[in-house]
Amino acid sequence: MTDLAIRTKGLKKSYQTAEVLKGVDFDVQRGEVFALLGSNGAGKTTIIRILVTLLRPDGGTASVSGFDVSRAPEKVRQSISLTGQFIAVDEVLTGRENLHMIARLRHLDDPRGIVEKLLERFGLTDVADRKAGMYSGGMKRKLDLAMSLVGNPSVVFLDEPTTGLDPEARREVWEMIKELANIGTTVFLTTQYLEEAEKLADRVAILHEGRIIVDATLSELRKPLPPTQVEYVEAQPTLEEIFLYITGKEVSKKGGN
Amino acid sequence: METRYFFSDMSIMLGRSMRHIFRSMDTIFTVAITPLALMLLFVYVFGGAIQSGVDNYVNYLLPGILLITIASGIAYTAYRLFQDVQRGIFERFHSMPIAHSAVLWGHVLTSLVSNAISIVLILLVALLMGFRSPAGVLSWLAVIGILALFTLTLTWIATIAGLSAKTIDGASAFSYPLILLPFISSAFVPTDTMPTIVRVFAEHQPVTSIADAIRALLSNQPVGNNLWIAVAWCAGIMAVAYVFAMRAYKRRVLGR
Repeated sequence: MTDLAIRTKGLKKSYQTAEVLKGVDFDVQRGEVFALLGSNGAGKTTIIRILVTLLRPDGGTASVSGFDVSRAPEKVRQSISLTGQFIAVDEVLTGRENLHMIARLRHLDDPRGIVEKLLERFGLTDVADRKAGMYSGGMKRKLDLAMSLVGNPSVVFLDEPTTGLDPEARREVWEMIKELANIGTTVFLTTQYLEEAEKLADRVAILHEGRIIVDATLSELRKPLPPTQVEYVEAQPTLEEIFLYITGKEVSKKGGN
Repeated sequence: METRYFFSDMSIMLGRSMRHIFRSMDTIFTVAITPLALMLLFVYVFGGAIQSGVDNYVNYLLPGILLITIASGIAYTAYRLFQDVQRGIFERFHSMPIAHSAVLWGHVLTSLVSNAISIVLILLVALLMGFRSPAGVLSWLAVIGILALFTLTLTWIATIAGLSAKTIDGASAFSYPLILLPFISSAFVPTDTMPTIVRVFAEHQPVTSIADAIRALLSNQPVGNNLWIAVAWCAGIMAVAYVFAMRAYKRRVLGR
């Protein structure tokens, strides 16, 4: 086994006449949090769809956990999970039933025990027997993430996991991603928020016009810029900080800039 | 392919959809209400004036009502499929190590079960309205078989609609012409009095042979060729619909 969780080489994909990916190369190490940045329509979701075996590339190769996505898609699916851009929970089922369904589909032993643990970990125990359709956006996203973590996949794909969430829910998702990183899970994340990548990622890649134009750690990225200057700045609290303060949530120390 | 788990995966999918059905019993009633209203209207309002050639008009029109029920029931099959694709639930399932075909077949099986529930509801009301049948077990089994085949045929048509529609309304609109089809057939009135063009159409469209076959089976009359014509229609349409459904599935879900 290699230390690489994900490797792509010369990945190409076109839709009709539009060439979305023109040869994408990058590696993601095991246990790394890897953030893929890019504007809307840059092809971030296309890369994720190829890596999670939903889409075949036109050219190039991609492997996840050492398995080629085209030749051994079943092996790839054993080790991954996808949290798509849209929240994929069954709104008619309760939170508990949603999780239980996924645990059974993954053919795990003791699905009930696993479900209870996840409900607790995501703070959903109190609402576990309510229909997911009644949940708030943030709660739905948490359930969505919990469903993705059933069975502890070693590589987790998160496609814009905080888009459309309120600040509080976004922070909770961030905490969860940090926890995942702490237990050694590889996290592949796409986002439009630079701040999000900065907070979470070990390595950042920027997808632009079909190619990876930057692929570096945060400290490498900062290097070409002039050294940090210490200045006295009278910082006004941001509206987000005010919002969180008023609604009773303390801004986490490491969180505020 | 992870075919090892096909049946257990499909039973989980079916269990999921059945929860959907039983938690929204209103869909069953929505499906049944139009055929029920039509049945009441035709029997108690128009029935007296219709020369169907049998004493008990409920017996005559019941097969047509059952076909209308199925035609309106499969709109929900398309609706459920559309929702699953739209919400990314198909993507979630397809990125998991499960038998992929189980996802689609779960919907197909659900369509059969939910339509069966509506059919039973209609039959119960028909019994209250005086429907009686001298048919034996074998004939009933044949009727159940035809209805299941008809449901399956329309389910694959619904699959095309559910997978290729752009909007939720588009996903169910295809069922309206299917609901109208029984009116231009022998389902409500004998075709003799229709103008030639309409009559030729009515006598050669699938619903007539299916309705006639069911009616003959339920009244212990000789079925003749109708049964085989009905089966041939269903099998033929289903084969074509299946091919297009798979094409829509590949395009929409697999992105090819």
